[in-house]
Amino acid sequence: MTPTTDQTTDRTTRGTGRPAEGTGRAFRDPYAADPLTESEALEGTVVTVGGGDWDEVVDTARLGEERIVVNMGPQHPSTHGVLRLVLEIEGETVTEARAGIGYLHTGIEKNMEFRNWVQGVTFCTRMDYLSPTFNETAYCLGVERLLGITDEVPARASAIRVLVMELNRIGSHLVALATGGMELGSTTVMMDGFRERDTVLRMLEEITGLRMNHAFVRPGGVAMDVTDTMCDHLDDMRRSLGKGVRDLELLMNANPTLRARLVGTGYLNLAGCMALGITGPPVRSAGLPLDLRRDEPYCGYEDYDFDVVTRTEADNYARLRIRVEEMWQSLRIIEQVTDRLRKEPGPVMVADRKIAWPSQISLGGDGLGNSLDHIRHIMGESMEALIHHFKLVTEGFRVPAGQVYAAVESPRGELGCHLVSDGGTRPYRAHFRDPSFTNLQAIPLMCEGAQVADVVANVASLDPVMGGVDR
Amino acid sequence: MSGPPVTPGTTPPTADPTATARGGQGDGGVVPVAQPTPTVVARRQGMFGAADGGDTSGYAGLSRLTVLPGATARPFGGWFDAVVDALEASFRGDGHDWDGPDSPVEAVVVDRGELTLHVRRHHLADVCRRLRDEPDLRFELSMGVSGVHYPDDTGRELHAVYHLRSVTHGRRVRLEVACPDADPRIPSTVDVYPTHDWHERETWDFFGIVFDGHPALTRIEMPDDWPGHPQRKDYPLGGIPVEYKGATVPPPDERRAYS
Repeated sequence: MTPTTDQTTDRTTRGTGRPAEGTGRAFRDPYAADPLTESEALEGTVVTVGGGDWDEVVDTARLGEERIVVNMGPQHPSTHGVLRLVLEIEGETVTEARAGIGYLHTGIEKNMEFRNWVQGVTFCTRMDYLSPTFNETAYCLGVERLLGITDEVPARASAIRVLVMELNRIGSHLVALATGGMELGSTTVMMDGFRERDTVLRMLEEITGLRMNHAFVRPGGVAMDVTDTMCDHLDDMRRSLGKGVRDLELLMNANPTLRARLVGTGYLNLAGCMALGITGPPVRSAGLPLDLRRDEPYCGYEDYDFDVVTRTEADNYARLRIRVEEMWQSLRIIEQVTDRLRKEPGPVMVADRKIAWPSQISLGGDGLGNSLDHIRHIMGESMEALIHHFKLVTEGFRVPAGQVYAAVESPRGELGCHLVSDGGTRPYRAHFRDPSFTNLQAIPLMCEGAQVADVVANVASLDPVMGGVDR
Repeated sequence: MSGPPVTPGTTPPTADPTATARGGQGDGGVVPVAQPTPTVVARRQGMFGAADGGDTSGYAGLSRLTVLPGATARPFGGWFDAVVDALEASFRGDGHDWDGPDSPVEAVVVDRGELTLHVRRHHLADVCRRLRDEPDLRFELSMGVSGVHYPDDTGRELHAVYHLRSVTHGRRVRLEVACPDADPRIPSTVDVYPTHDWHERETWDFFGIVFDGHPALTRIEMPDDWPGHPQRKDYPLGGIPVEYKGATVPPPDERRAYS
């Protein structure tokens, strides 16, 4: 390619303002007071072109090119855990972005093949550590479908599952906003978000006994019933949490700094979402009301009144607003569940004694444990009950051979669980389709061509949890 | 997921007259939903995992088959027939063989309200493309790929499993592709579903299935220089014995198992 004279002149004039001096890099006396330094500092290396071989000019220009590859993470405060981003940047612009994962791989799926079906809950709850009840529910729905007992799970157990999932959704969204705010430099958002999330964790602790990694949802039902006292506390919690969410809204929604960082950045449209398998708030921010709670209701979600929140801007700000709005919807659902739990008592585990966990946990003087009634029964009254308890706990139940795919709408999108049984007491294969894993594939699409500072906002708005990504 | 109604309906009209004949339902009237014919994938011996001691339990002679649900005969029930018919019509429309030994779909399995198409591996990309693009199918969203290892299923040891979702029609279908351990190659479907990029890398990483045509098939979860593929059944779980109050608890893969 040969440059025309006009282009040559123009480039020379604009680049240096100095007359052409033959091919190659312009001569500069390092000791001379150079009036062009400022211009060069603004525009980078300047190549003066004045005729000659174009290839030589290109080679010279290439030598001066500054392409920097930056490793962001895996130990970096703004990458949401151990996510590694490899960014190729030119100035402040990202030209290529790649995500590296695997730093939190713990072999949970492999481990589950060596434990019985009930023990699997204890493993999978630790995957996506910000939404443990969703992991448990997806897994248990899968086991129940394999067993063919989906319709036998008591309504009260399903209602309690909905309750812990919606509580967990609020907690997860609060962490998403809090860490996202912190990564953008707003420690107030972080403090407020984590403070409100603690309300949720305290409630979950009261219901399940643990703040995280609950192992509360079990195949066939849930581990423990919800009492009326808890329902009263739920009402208190809803009021205080509503105020906290409102405060966050007031702090964030119209905040000019936040809007400057988020509006128009991280654009990810519907076609991109479909191609990359993106679900959850990102696809809803592109205008598609894709929500499994509405599309394929499970755990009785069809009985609750709530809206699927969508927006059409498909940018980081839209995803933030969707998360805030979804917390209000979750509070709506929690209110309805609380009413139902007050009015409709009942069992929380399937009636089939060959599957149901033999005892209910209760709160004793020394903490949570087997109920004293049950201990009295197996130790003092019935040897058969003791054998039954022992067999079910050590050996576990058998699950007919086959495979199923069960999915729930986690705070990050579709959390699917593919289970294969060979008819034994352990899963033959358990695979989790974690939404964080798939959503992270959008990093190149969202970040390439954007500013380095936007990368942080983009990752925060996808809200990946590396425990779920790597499993 | 909402499955199809279990109650049998009438055989839906099909473009292909041999479809009913193949299913053995010549009358076309009300027929019971056919049960899948079982497929044996493994044989298990004994009852308790340990094989190193004498048989004190008396269960060592116990021999059981691992039987997975096999091919289902027509009608499949609900919208399952419509999906298979649309796929068949799409292939036949382009002059492809559907009934012969090189049929793209070697078996249709309906089990627990879920539809599984067992696809021959060299037809996989074609099947995916038709499932995605045909107006009556429109499985736009893929939920990814994972693997299952059946070491005793000779000649079909490694399975890749795909879960597709149709947002338009509110349906789900599972594709299952088998390949032998000696030739663990399956064509890549990244062109059709770009989301399969990481999923295929993960399946390669964990099972050693090579996805031909993948843009950069490298390990994703394990370190780049890791030997072996951890999710295969012949790969040990690993672990160390733990001492607790004077007793030693063996690692999980050496504990007594109830096979």
